[in-house]
Amino acid sequence: MSAGTFGNPDIVEVDTDILIIGGGMAACGAAFEVRRWAGDDVKITLVDKASMERSGAVAQGLSAINTYLGDNSPEDYCRMVSADLMGITRDDLVFDVGRHVDDTVHLFEEWGLPIWKDKETEGVPLSEGGKPVRSGRWQIMINGESYKPIVAEAAKNALGMENIYERVFIVKLLLDENEDNRIAGAVGFSLREHKLYIFRANAILNVCGGAVNVFRPRSLGEGMGRAWYPVWNAGSTYAMAAEAGAELTMMENRFVPARFKDGYGPVGAWFLLFKSKATNGFGENYMAKNADMLKDFAPYDTAATVPTCLRNHAMLKELKEGRGPIMMDTPTAMANLAETMTPEEVKHLEAEAWEDFLDMCVGQAGVWAGMNVRPEETPSELMPTEPYLLGSHSGCCGIWVSGPEDVNSPDEWRWGYNRMTTVKGLFTAGDGVGASGHKFSSGSHTEGRIAGKSMVRFVRDHGGFTPALKRDISEIAEDIYKPVRNYFAHKDKTTAEDVNPHYITPKMFQMRLQKYMDEYVAGIATYYNTNAKLLEIGLHHLEMLKEDSANLRAKDQHELLRAWENYHRLRTAEAHLRHILFREETRYPGFFYRADFPELDDENWKVFVNSRMDPDTGEWTMMKKTHVDLVEKHYGNAH
Amino acid sequence: MPTFVHTDKCDGCAGREVVACVDICPHDLMALDTERMKAYNQEAEQCWECQCCVKACPQDAVEVRPYQDVVPMGGAVIPKRTDESITWTIKFRDGEIKRFTFPVRTTAVGSIDPYGGKPQPGDLDSPNLFTEDGKTLPTI
Repeated sequence: MSAGTFGNPDIVEVDTDILIIGGGMAACGAAFEVRRWAGDDVKITLVDKASMERSGAVAQGLSAINTYLGDNSPEDYCRMVSADLMGITRDDLVFDVGRHVDDTVHLFEEWGLPIWKDKETEGVPLSEGGKPVRSGRWQIMINGESYKPIVAEAAKNALGMENIYERVFIVKLLLDENEDNRIAGAVGFSLREHKLYIFRANAILNVCGGAVNVFRPRSLGEGMGRAWYPVWNAGSTYAMAAEAGAELTMMENRFVPARFKDGYGPVGAWFLLFKSKATNGFGENYMAKNADMLKDFAPYDTAATVPTCLRNHAMLKELKEGRGPIMMDTPTAMANLAETMTPEEVKHLEAEAWEDFLDMCVGQAGVWAGMNVRPEETPSELMPTEPYLLGSHSGCCGIWVSGPEDVNSPDEWRWGYNRMTTVKGLFTAGDGVGASGHKFSSGSHTEGRIAGKSMVRFVRDHGGFTPALKRDISEIAEDIYKPVRNYFAHKDKTTAEDVNPHYITPKMFQMRLQKYMDEYVAGIATYYNTNAKLLEIGLHHLEMLKEDSANLRAKDQHELLRAWENYHRLRTAEAHLRHILFREETRYPGFFYRADFPELDDENWKVFVNSRMDPDTGEWTMMKKTHVDLVEKHYGNAH
Repeated sequence: MPTFVHTDKCDGCAGREVVACVDICPHDLMALDTERMKAYNQEAEQCWECQCCVKACPQDAVEVRPYQDVVPMGGAVIPKRTDESITWTIKFRDGEIKRFTFPVRTTAVGSIDPYGGKPQPGDLDSPNLFTEDGKTLPTI
């Protein structure tokens, strides 16, 4: 075969100073900040597996910006994040996002994002005293259908399209040959042309989102892609970092959002803006009813807002004991609001309720339309979803990073460059940074900016570095095209190419992973319960799946994308499992239960759990890292 | 809730620089059948229903059908987007139709000048982002 055909690509080598991998909110923030700080002689390159205009978690839009401090202090932000994540977060990282995030939101508005204002300050920008419409203490409402195109446009104009590679999927980070534990590059392939890309870089930002469809989802047919978080988030951030030897943190953490059943529509605006109530199938307030049960997880049960996992915990008790379904009483909420409204205002309210879905979760509107559900007439079921792994929402798994230098943090939380991982020159942000959730879209963009500036500093201080890849380029290429080799070597040996004993399709590989994770690692099949015995069996299964990853097949570029995405899911799943196995307590009831250690154990486990996979041997090391509060936490406001 | 393409409306974006739906899909789902010059969803069960391709199609040829393993037949949610606003048509299974229009941005597409009127970069060793030049940041 000649070069430039499927499986025998042209090899394109790109040398750059800074490489941004990803195109979502964090990547766009980094691009914007980095270009401004870097001199003209610094080359910056961004590579996105999709089209930046609609890539990442904000692709279909959002109906709210969930992190805007306004009159709140960064200290209070740290308290909220810590309490929601059951006490174990890095105040330095959270505080840092909190003190910068409003500046970023003001930029969004300047760029063209419509942000709702109260009646008195309509038309006045936030930066000039406009008062946002708050749907909660930290959230502000927006007309956010074009949130991502707007933010991407700013990033693209900053960087210049000549420095952006779209539709190139990075699958591996590459280490330096001469310097131990030093990033040197990344490799991936084009989804449109038969080209393999090798990037050599001084500093790399790894920002490819969280992990979705690692667990068996509740819908298994056409509904499988209708995940809560974007289905294209394949755990690439965590998998590539782990394989490069970066230390991960809190990978046991996960997020199980309780959402409108089957469409995964958001409930935040319904609870907070429309003041809707949810009950069990018998009309009982399950939070009030189960308040005593939550005392087992003191003091977090008395936080100003009850932690998300504890709300799930109370909900699950009702579901497990047969008192479902959990119902959101939308008719009563709308009727109550309408009492003091003009007919025109009621019509506006109805539009707001639908817009909440249409701006960020169109599928839920489709479920309602198909089922003849009208929120003013029909209550809707809520349901906790399959687990998701992420670091920017109400979850905090991710990579262990160096924090800011000026917030009085312990020495072991800062090793010189803000948001740098334990691999020299490798940075992350957004879903990639662990132990610091609740950044959401605005905080992820902000954290990208923080990391971006920090990378410019790093490059300035390491100007003499010339990356030298550890392995031969043709060897690396062979690895990446293994699934293609498998396909061509064996496809004609059976009469139907999808059923073939010599290879496994990416789709079957994913379904096997999902089954194992669901049944052994606390998925929906066991109501999120697991124990050491189940986990050990699960790990054994994952080990064999890892062996079988060498036999993945790819019949075209699209399947090669899926093969590597699912390999990333597997590596992420393994980290998740190992962390759950290591943490011998139940820290996040409602997200998962160690049934053999059903209690919260602050005495032994109020610590970060970190892990590192040795990139040479594949051996994992698990470790505890001391947790300290930099901001004083206080509880006791809830009941 | 996968996308589908109306055969009679799709022209494969013939003569255009890119095939709009293929170009925009964040999950690499939309593909072009070059023999028929028609687009299609090559992996329906992976569709997030984000409607990015529907919004981008110049022919209004792409639509989303609720996923049949969950949702009864007959409903539809159809966007029509311009540079300034989006109008959604919601068709219920029982035939009722609702329409909502919302703004999408307050500036002209392509007009963002990221550094226009912004401060020059200040001290690279400070914790300040470049737009925060001269500001005293809070610390713990």
